[in-house]
Amino acid sequence: MDPENWKNEILCRDKQLSILLSLMGKNSQATPPAIFIYGHSSTGKTFLSRKIIEAKGAPQAFVNCIECQSQRLLYEDILGQLSGMLPCVQNDYARYARCETANDFVRLLKNLIANEKWEKETVYIKPLSQDQLKINVKQGVDNAERLRNMEGHILPVFLRLSELSDCNVCVILLTQIIWEKFNATSGYLDPVKINFPDYSKNELLQIMTLDAPKEYSKAFYSSYVNLLLSIFHMACRDLSELRHLALMNFPKYIEPIEKGDATEGDAHKLWRNIEPHLKKALQTVFLREVSSSQWEQYQLSDTSTLPPLLSARAHVELPFYSKFLLIAAYLASYNPAKSDRRFFAKSHGKIRQTKRMKKAETSSQLTGPKAFQLERLMAIFYSIVDVRVAPTAHIFSQISTLVTLQLLSQIGSGDQLDAPKYRCCVSLDFIRSVSRTVNFEVMKYLYEFAA
Amino acid sequence: MMLLKRHRRFAARSCPENAEYRTIFKPRMVKKKEYGLKEADDEVWEKVQDLLRARICQNSLPENMDGTFQSQREHLTDLIRRCATIGESNSALVIGPSGAGKTMLMSSILSELAKDSKISGNILQVHLNGLLQTDDRLAVQEITRQLRLENTVKDRVFGSMAEKLSFLLEALKKDEGKSQSILFVLEEFDLFAHHKNQTLLYNLFDISQSEQTPVTVIGLTCRLDVVELLEKRVKSGFSHRQIHLFHSLSFEQACKVCEDALTLPLNYLSKKFCTEWNSHVKEFLQERIVETSLRHLYDLDKSIRSVYSILLIPICRLGPSHPRLDSADVLDALKMSSCDSKSAMLQGLTILQLCLIIAMKHLAELYEGSNINFEMVYNEYQKFVQKKSNSIQCFGKPVCLKAFEQLIVLELVRPVEGSGFTGAKLTPKEYRSLKLLVTPLQVVETLNSFSCPSELKM
Repeated sequence: MDPENWKNEILCRDKQLSILLSLMGKNSQATPPAIFIYGHSSTGKTFLSRKIIEAKGAPQAFVNCIECQSQRLLYEDILGQLSGMLPCVQNDYARYARCETANDFVRLLKNLIANEKWEKETVYIKPLSQDQLKINVKQGVDNAERLRNMEGHILPVFLRLSELSDCNVCVILLTQIIWEKFNATSGYLDPVKINFPDYSKNELLQIMTLDAPKEYSKAFYSSYVNLLLSIFHMACRDLSELRHLALMNFPKYIEPIEKGDATEGDAHKLWRNIEPHLKKALQTVFLREVSSSQWEQYQLSDTSTLPPLLSARAHVELPFYSKFLLIAAYLASYNPAKSDRRFFAKSHGKIRQTKRMKKAETSSQLTGPKAFQLERLMAIFYSIVDVRVAPTAHIFSQISTLVTLQLLSQIGSGDQLDAPKYRCCVSLDFIRSVSRTVNFEVMKYLYEFAA
Repeated sequence: MMLLKRHRRFAARSCPENAEYRTIFKPRMVKKKEYGLKEADDEVWEKVQDLLRARICQNSLPENMDGTFQSQREHLTDLIRRCATIGESNSALVIGPSGAGKTMLMSSILSELAKDSKISGNILQVHLNGLLQTDDRLAVQEITRQLRLENTVKDRVFGSMAEKLSFLLEALKKDEGKSQSILFVLEEFDLFAHHKNQTLLYNLFDISQSEQTPVTVIGLTCRLDVVELLEKRVKSGFSHRQIHLFHSLSFEQACKVCEDALTLPLNYLSKKFCTEWNSHVKEFLQERIVETSLRHLYDLDKSIRSVYSILLIPICRLGPSHPRLDSADVLDALKMSSCDSKSAMLQGLTILQLCLIIAMKHLAELYEGSNINFEMVYNEYQKFVQKKSNSIQCFGKPVCLKAFEQLIVLELVRPVEGSGFTGAKLTPKEYRSLKLLVTPLQVVETLNSFSCPSELKM
């Protein structure tokens, strides 16, 4: 373990590194029973703590709470890692011991520590995610916020593990959520809290420059990353995402150089080439609408059409009457009931002066869809469909299909058989494209958009 | 011929088994190297850290506990002694805020009684903890295990818990028919009161009232109203003996405790080192910065644990290059423990997320009480950006939605309960109503403190 060498590998985290190293001390010394590390994602929490603990060489266990949806998985994983007996092919997938409750866990932990004669070392336990005898057992718990959602006694047990098991155990909790949200009622021992602040723009630049491919100079890559950050930094500060984007778009950036059109120094030309591409990337790869491999192919090919977006594929091909039912549902959800007469009755009286009232209400596009009854839906449906439609079970079953497809949602319990209530769950763009396919002007019938 | 001294030494040296050898060649007293604070090397500092860390991080008993909780200590010792010697059954509850010293008091009493063989030979101890034994069934298993009666109980099926417990107690009877006294210490007693029907508590108190076995039940809890949690039949079995422990240390006494915790015993290392260290500790605790920090923590939380918490970092940094406790470290520790974590998280947000939060704060002020959803926030964000236009670009809706969902993961924005997550009331996620969990003051503070486009600062 050589902290000085790490300065080249672990950038911009000197203060946190020094605090953690000093708190942990030598393997045989007592450590604070619980350490709480919090910070945004990709700020280096897991990376740094794993590195330090592995370098210490003390008995350790890392657990990611996303994987453990029950306490048994959590405990058995920790015991397995500490004892070295993980389920694998050789030992026929056997566990170290069957452990279902916190009580058994503490007892087995004590036995394990006594058996392995780790009397003099620290044991580290890090439950990852959401939420570590004289041996320091260090346990790392990542994503520790999920520990809150498990049974209520698990989090206090982990925080007090050192006291309950009479051994030198250090539990390190890593999470994105602040300590105040882990509701501390009775039995909680406050851990030592360490904040991992996010990286500033310069620090991001420094770290991402380490990714530079060997053929190009660091300064060149650094200027490329600078351009990238100027577009993406406002929307995204997550180091892993930015690295991914940088690596994905680099081939396009160096395309002019490879073709021979420009050299490394022609920053302006390279910028003009890459800028529209990066803007498109913001809409597609960043949102994961387009997968990374599709994006790479798109870069290499010369076509100017984007690969099809995922969300655009959400158009479902519906039968003719279902489309009209959906449009009717949308109109019923977003129009107030009193405007129905105006839009859907064959003849109506004079329109009262409603301009003032209209402005005072918040646009229903903002407040969301409202519930409507089946009768209203059918009334609107009959008025917008041109042909005469008989109210058969055929039509009504299509409504149930729409509910199953989650384009409509049913409100209230299912026991009101004669007057069920629904709500429409699709967006305006979706309805416009659907109505375009049946040649129906939905905008004329919407309360906010009609004159 | 008179043997000259040198002849004798020559003779003695050649046969070491000779008794004379030992008298002439006394082992040279290895002079212990005396070193002060500045000359000490790595090993010395490691040993210092070993001792100090063990005192602060692990809950080891302080060496002298005279004077603390004197009357409570006498009361409890008396109860246990009577159970062991005369066979009188008792029950008591030790109530006090977290960190007041209940467990410490119990362990100190028990270690003292362990020295008295008359008592320690007569009484068996069972320690239960409400956090670990979350169920009555587990509690009885643990009792069986601690009384080492697993083999006797193996494979027997019992009808009810009362039967089980009385069987265990029967098995413990000594040959003459006299039963063993048992001491039950229940930590986190209030959690036992949440078990179904409180059967364990009922049975334990029942045994302490009946003539079967001399049993003392001592519960430790931090809830002052714990007796209200007990059912009527359990309460009637309880003797209503409550012993209260409060944080009774004044500020000066707390400082004295800190000093005791940092002082090295004189024979631990070289005497010069220890005396120099102890005088340094005295000076250190009298420095103004350290005293104000200790007083700051003491004003918030009188327990010893919180006062120790700022001593941890200065101790951990001791080493040959850092041979003294530094008040700058104490300030560091104070800053770390009192830093506003939510503001720290706010500073890590992207500019887009910050704009969305400002928009949401604005809406919350305008529409106090009514629901806010993502669509409204996005609308407000667009208006805001168009007003300020120049340096902040307006992002599309999907990008904003992604940023917004990250805010929900960080729990800075939270969906209002019952607003449409269940299957029956499935609302599209843009329309779910939300609540902002950041105060306006924190938002303003964040804007002022970190570098963001000045248009955002309103």
